[in-house]
Amino acid sequence: MTVSHPASAALESRPTPLLPMPQQPANPRLLDHPGSEESRLEKIARGQSAPAHVHAEIAQTDPVLRITSFSLWYGKKQALFDVSLCIPRGKVTALIGPSGCGKSTLLRSVNRLNDLIDTVRVRGEMQLNDDPIYRPSVDVIELRKRMGMVFQKPNPFPMSIYENVVYPLRIDGERDRRALHEVCERSLRGAALWDEVKDRLHESGLALSGGQQQRLCIARAIAGDPEVLLLDEPCSALDPIATSKIEDLLQELKGNYSVLIVTHNMQQAARTSDFTAFMYLGHVIEYGPTGTMFTNPHLRETNDYITGRFG
Amino acid sequence: MNASSLAPVTENTPGGKSGRSRRPRKGNSVLAQGEPSIWGTGGALVVAITMIVGLLVLVLIQGAVTFWPMDLVRIRTVDGKVYLGEVTREETYRPEAEVFTSLPPRERDRAREAVQQAAGVARRRLLRTGNYDLTGFHHQWVSDFQIAEESKPEWGLVVERLTWGNFYGTPTAFLLDGKEVASDPDDIWAQFVNHHDAVAERFSRSVDLNRHGIGALSRKQNAALLARKQAEISYGKSSSEYAVADKQFAEVESACKEEDARIKSEINTLNKENDRFQLRLVTADGQEKILPLADIVRAYPANRLSFGDEVGIYFSRWAEFLTQRPRQANTEGGVLPAIWGTVAMTLLMSLVVVPFGVLAALYLREYAKSGPIISVVRIAINNLAGVPSIVFGVFGMGFFCYLVGKFIDGGPQHIQVAPMPPAWWWLAMLAVVLVGAAAFLVGLIGARDRAKESRFGRYLGRFAVALWLLSLAPVVYVVVHTPYFSGFYEANLPSPTFGTGGVLWASLTLALLTVPVVIVATEESLAAVPNSMREGSYACGASKWQTIRRIVLPRALPGIMTGMILAMARGAGEVAPIMLVGAVKLAPELPVDGVFPYLHPSRSFMHLGFHIYDLGFQSLNSEAARPMVYTTTLLLIGIVALLNVMAVWLRSRLRRRYLVSQF
Repeated sequence: MTVSHPASAALESRPTPLLPMPQQPANPRLLDHPGSEESRLEKIARGQSAPAHVHAEIAQTDPVLRITSFSLWYGKKQALFDVSLCIPRGKVTALIGPSGCGKSTLLRSVNRLNDLIDTVRVRGEMQLNDDPIYRPSVDVIELRKRMGMVFQKPNPFPMSIYENVVYPLRIDGERDRRALHEVCERSLRGAALWDEVKDRLHESGLALSGGQQQRLCIARAIAGDPEVLLLDEPCSALDPIATSKIEDLLQELKGNYSVLIVTHNMQQAARTSDFTAFMYLGHVIEYGPTGTMFTNPHLRETNDYITGRFG
Repeated sequence: MNASSLAPVTENTPGGKSGRSRRPRKGNSVLAQGEPSIWGTGGALVVAITMIVGLLVLVLIQGAVTFWPMDLVRIRTVDGKVYLGEVTREETYRPEAEVFTSLPPRERDRAREAVQQAAGVARRRLLRTGNYDLTGFHHQWVSDFQIAEESKPEWGLVVERLTWGNFYGTPTAFLLDGKEVASDPDDIWAQFVNHHDAVAERFSRSVDLNRHGIGALSRKQNAALLARKQAEISYGKSSSEYAVADKQFAEVESACKEEDARIKSEINTLNKENDRFQLRLVTADGQEKILPLADIVRAYPANRLSFGDEVGIYFSRWAEFLTQRPRQANTEGGVLPAIWGTVAMTLLMSLVVVPFGVLAALYLREYAKSGPIISVVRIAINNLAGVPSIVFGVFGMGFFCYLVGKFIDGGPQHIQVAPMPPAWWWLAMLAVVLVGAAAFLVGLIGARDRAKESRFGRYLGRFAVALWLLSLAPVVYVVVHTPYFSGFYEANLPSPTFGTGGVLWASLTLALLTVPVVIVATEESLAAVPNSMREGSYACGASKWQTIRRIVLPRALPGIMTGMILAMARGAGEVAPIMLVGAVKLAPELPVDGVFPYLHPSRSFMHLGFHIYDLGFQSLNSEAARPMVYTTTLLLIGIVALLNVMAVWLRSRLRRRYLVSQF
């Protein structure tokens, strides 16, 4: 990529909190005993459990979503092990970790999308604003209406832009055109897409570019006024410009919405999130404020991962 | 990942790789080359295309030339016979030795020599000589060595008649009221042209009067008669209802009689006026024949036609073919009833098969959990497509016509089922309703429990389904054994209404035949809807049905249309099953017409595919029918193509709406 390329120009023009990349463990307060040979990761890989290290700051937040010792199995294979997390209200929380560590599974468990897979079994509990998620009496449909979700690949529906955005209202049977239009405009403005599509609201949503499609999906996700917004690697299929637009958008959404975002991209987590949880093979290893996690992690495993020593 | 990967990664030294010696390669495997596989696959495609295009071109050419007016040839043979006719085809053959012995001795040697010079091969031509009423044959083979003299008479006239087929001759007089008003061919032709249009117009008016006027009267009379018979069956002959119906029938009958006489006299006037005009012709071998102008559909002096005239005759024949009813045992005239029947049956079939097929595919793909039972169902559906179509015809005849149809006609007694005594019947009905209600309730409770994911709920659900199935057979039994139903068309018995072949039963039979096509195509298109879309919809809080209706079905619609196109093409071309369930050689009435209730599902119908079979193999005059076979085939292919083009156009419109470019 040359310097004159617009994408790189856009990236470089942005004040990104670039991370120091220490060659040595930067933090002398690392909790790992220097003498012990065995790390947490090795223990987990052998099938033993290791308690998550949760920073003290987390306890002071007001949680919108509370996950309590949640385990999940795909058939015989366990994918999540006793995960406990509190997702703070009005903040962006990032889930990071190597592929197959259960980030997406955890995210899809929050709105019970995993119910669609026949072989899935779960144990443990989650609570959305103190309402249980995994009780038999819960109406899954009503539950999902309280959350918005954006997927890895943009998945606009085969209908017009307008219909895509108001879809959550349509399935509720909303027919008042004024209300629908109001929600459409508010959501598209919220997703920073309004100015680009306001003149062609009734054209197909599939005619948009990839980045626009993903913002359309975000508009759709916030149209139902969700209590929590779940983003599953929302930028992994997008080019750098579209990615930066989505990241800017996340900064604007922060405060109004509580966001739980899964990402592969550690810079993205560092740039956009307030809190970060590091997961490995279905376990939460460390969970704390993003600044601390990336500059001064308490565990050596986290440090190894964010500095690129493994994963 | 394990701990070792956490240690600093050792650099992969490039030297280690290049040091390894490469395995020697032969490089002479044919399969490694690209070319042969291209030739092989491309060759197969070329063979397939050649066969298809060859068939289409044959049908196209043969079907298109049928209606082109040919020149008239007059041939005098060496044994003194004279023929006048159109050359329909020619071929070469090896004449047997006996052929020559029938020739006069003077010609015998000359002919034998000529054939010997051509290495024993002779050419012969098939003349369509017509004049069946005089000669008793339609066609005549003439070998070249038999010909003494050949000419193209200027005033040779081709006369297409309503009866007896074509007439070939030269005009000698035009008769008005039996008196000769013209004897010169030019004058005769001028008179003919002058009067024929008016005569044809009068003739078609009298046919219309006969068909519509008299037809409406007899329908009215028939309805009154049926009403009287129904009153007799329901209330007995001595009842007041019967008296009323009887009086009504008498009124209708007398009214109809008057109207009938009026129409008949009108027809008579028209016919009498037409009878004044006659044409006298003489055949090639000197026989005279007087033809009334009303009997002539079309006449033309074949050898005097300009190119423009020929084109005119060609298209007027096509117009007749597409808009008229057949005559002469289907070998002449048009095929309008067959076109009408084919289209009506195909559309009715699609109307039945598409909803059923799509619903079944939706269950299989969206609701059913994959397992052995679903696999067996899928295999069974695919095998259904391999059952010989005649089997469907036999099933349709046995089940639809002779069971369901007869039940509709005459109730339980008519299908040899003894109705239950009323008390027992009500008891059985009550039991069935109770079981059904119980199944419904159990299912409802089970569904509530299933939402809570309890095992009890799942068992309840299965139990409910079992109860449903259990009550299904008794429902059929109770309906069939009802003592309170004796048929909708009881008065018409013993002549069947629905209890015989008809366009409805044919459509249902073909729907059964084509339902696997729709199911398979729909399932494929449902599977092609990306799962991410379904998940997106669920994540918005949509229910399963909302997701299917708003996301999956619109996206799968083009594929479903493809299934419909395939089913229509298959159904429209199928002949064997409909022979058994309603297609007939000649249907007096159309299945869809302007008479209330417009769609007549019980009527038998004509079908282009069956028409082809009938022309080709059931016709007495197979030589005359031969070109019509090609033309009808061309028409059938054209109609199927037209239906397909319409569906493809619809599909591409849907595609544009739903599948604009992905990024």
